[in-house]
Amino acid sequence: MKIKQISIFLENKRGRLYEALKALAEEGINIRALSIADTSEFGILRLIVTDPEKTKEILEKNEFTVKLTNVVAIAVKDKPGGLAEALKYLYDANINIEYIYAFVEKSGEKAVVVLRTENLDKTISILQEKGVTILNWDHVLAL
Amino acid sequence: MQFWHKELETLPRQKLEELQLERLKKTLQKVYQKVPHYRKKIQDSAINPSEIKSINDIKKLPFTTKEDLFVDYPYGLLAIPTERAIRLHTSSGTTGKPKAIFFSKKDINNSAELIARSLVMTGATKKDILQNSMTYGLFTGALVMHYGAEKVGILVIPAGPGNTERQINLMRDFGTTMLHITPSYALYVASVIYDKGIDPKKDLKLKRAYLGAEPYSEETRRKIEEMLGIDIYNCYGLTEMNGPGVGFECIYKEGLHIWEDNFLMEVVNPETGQSVSDGEIGELVLTTLNREAMPLIRYRTRDLTRVIPEPCKCGRVHRRISRILGRSDDMFIVKGVNIFPQQIEQVLMGIKGVAQNYQIVLEAFDEMVVRVEIDRDLFDGKIEKLVRLKEEIVDKIRSNVMVKPKVELLEPGTLPISEGKAKRVIDKRTI
Repeated sequence: MKIKQISIFLENKRGRLYEALKALAEEGINIRALSIADTSEFGILRLIVTDPEKTKEILEKNEFTVKLTNVVAIAVKDKPGGLAEALKYLYDANINIEYIYAFVEKSGEKAVVVLRTENLDKTISILQEKGVTILNWDHVLAL
Repeated sequence: MQFWHKELETLPRQKLEELQLERLKKTLQKVYQKVPHYRKKIQDSAINPSEIKSINDIKKLPFTTKEDLFVDYPYGLLAIPTERAIRLHTSSGTTGKPKAIFFSKKDINNSAELIARSLVMTGATKKDILQNSMTYGLFTGALVMHYGAEKVGILVIPAGPGNTERQINLMRDFGTTMLHITPSYALYVASVIYDKGIDPKKDLKLKRAYLGAEPYSEETRRKIEEMLGIDIYNCYGLTEMNGPGVGFECIYKEGLHIWEDNFLMEVVNPETGQSVSDGEIGELVLTTLNREAMPLIRYRTRDLTRVIPEPCKCGRVHRRISRILGRSDDMFIVKGVNIFPQQIEQVLMGIKGVAQNYQIVLEAFDEMVVRVEIDRDLFDGKIEKLVRLKEEIVDKIRSNVMVKPKVELLEPGTLPISEGKAKRVIDKRTI
């Protein structure tokens, strides 16, 4: 139930994000979700893409520093409190979230939330127990 | 523990300093009388040679720089008639004129004497066989070593550099026990030995190697030692000071003994010329105390090192210096503090998560920016880890050089790859 996310180290300099995305565009990689965590001099670009292994290869060929990491993607109702409810389960279970980002799926009924926690297996089991929809790879590709 | 000249190597410190003073006075009188350029320099300074009362008085004399060697080029600094000079050596002279150094018969003998001391200090005896793989020619390295080894009674194979196949055959056929070689060539020869399926520990008789003429790290030393199953000794010298044999490691390999009865050493702040305290990094300044043809007074070597003041376990009174840390031209000043890139480099080398390459940029308002590439293999996608890494670098540099840097983490491959003379420091400050 874990899905693969691509993390790319980016120096905070002009055109660097564009170069990364251009390299992927040229090879026909489609981006499903994107987030950037940054400090004043550098950032980490996180992507959910159609083909993570190939993406890694392309980026490394272009001399980017890349790491594949596992994350969990969940679907929450696109209404007030939708995400809070899911997070409460993790809070109660004492699981820390390292980072989180979200996007709304095409139909607009559900929001997809990508989560990285300190313990992914435990996160999955708790969320499943509470009936939260966890997306598998096919779901992600269909988004 | 074996000695070549036990009396001079172990005489009490006070006696050594008396000998230094006596030789210093003689040297100064000589250059004052025989070398017009020195006479003028000394006349312009605050002291007369006859007023020298202690070795510390040398600090009142002016420095000699490499530019002085070009003033009355090529014979101007000779303190003997040219017909008494019997050998010429020059530095590489890649830019402009080479530095020309002349030897009298006594100088040749004396430089060999210092090499003999140095080799015996590392355990060599006349039973050893030295393969001398340095360049024979204008360069001092091979010839000075050659004469010194012969003095000990060592069989010398004057192999010179290159032709690796033949080097290895010589080692095998004649049972070479010692090598005199540059670090980079030693690494190459070692790898070829392995490629040929030769087991150096079984098939060769190598015991030790003397490495010099190029900077190399402690890591490289250990690597070659392991590959060949030998002991490697650091040696220091420069053409202007006879070449090899100025400083040498003893069997403890904890710094290089400078033969202080022949060279008066000072370590100074390259900017101010003032002596630094023992143990502090600075530029090595040497005065020849026992040279006939071409004495040099307070010669600025441009080499950075520090004195190791503690006595050595080997019993020699001659003080040690650390391995050469870099060139004094690299020094820069930020917020009133003298900093050498090597200090920053040492800090970075001790931190996990950064690669070897770095750059120091000096920005307006005396800000020191240290730009360092992250280690691709250690990147795990976590921003907190990078932030902590950055903080660690800031803290360690600050506690080491007393200036708080701004640290920039870069993508691997961003900085230009540098070979040897790297442009590590970029000064963007405008005065």
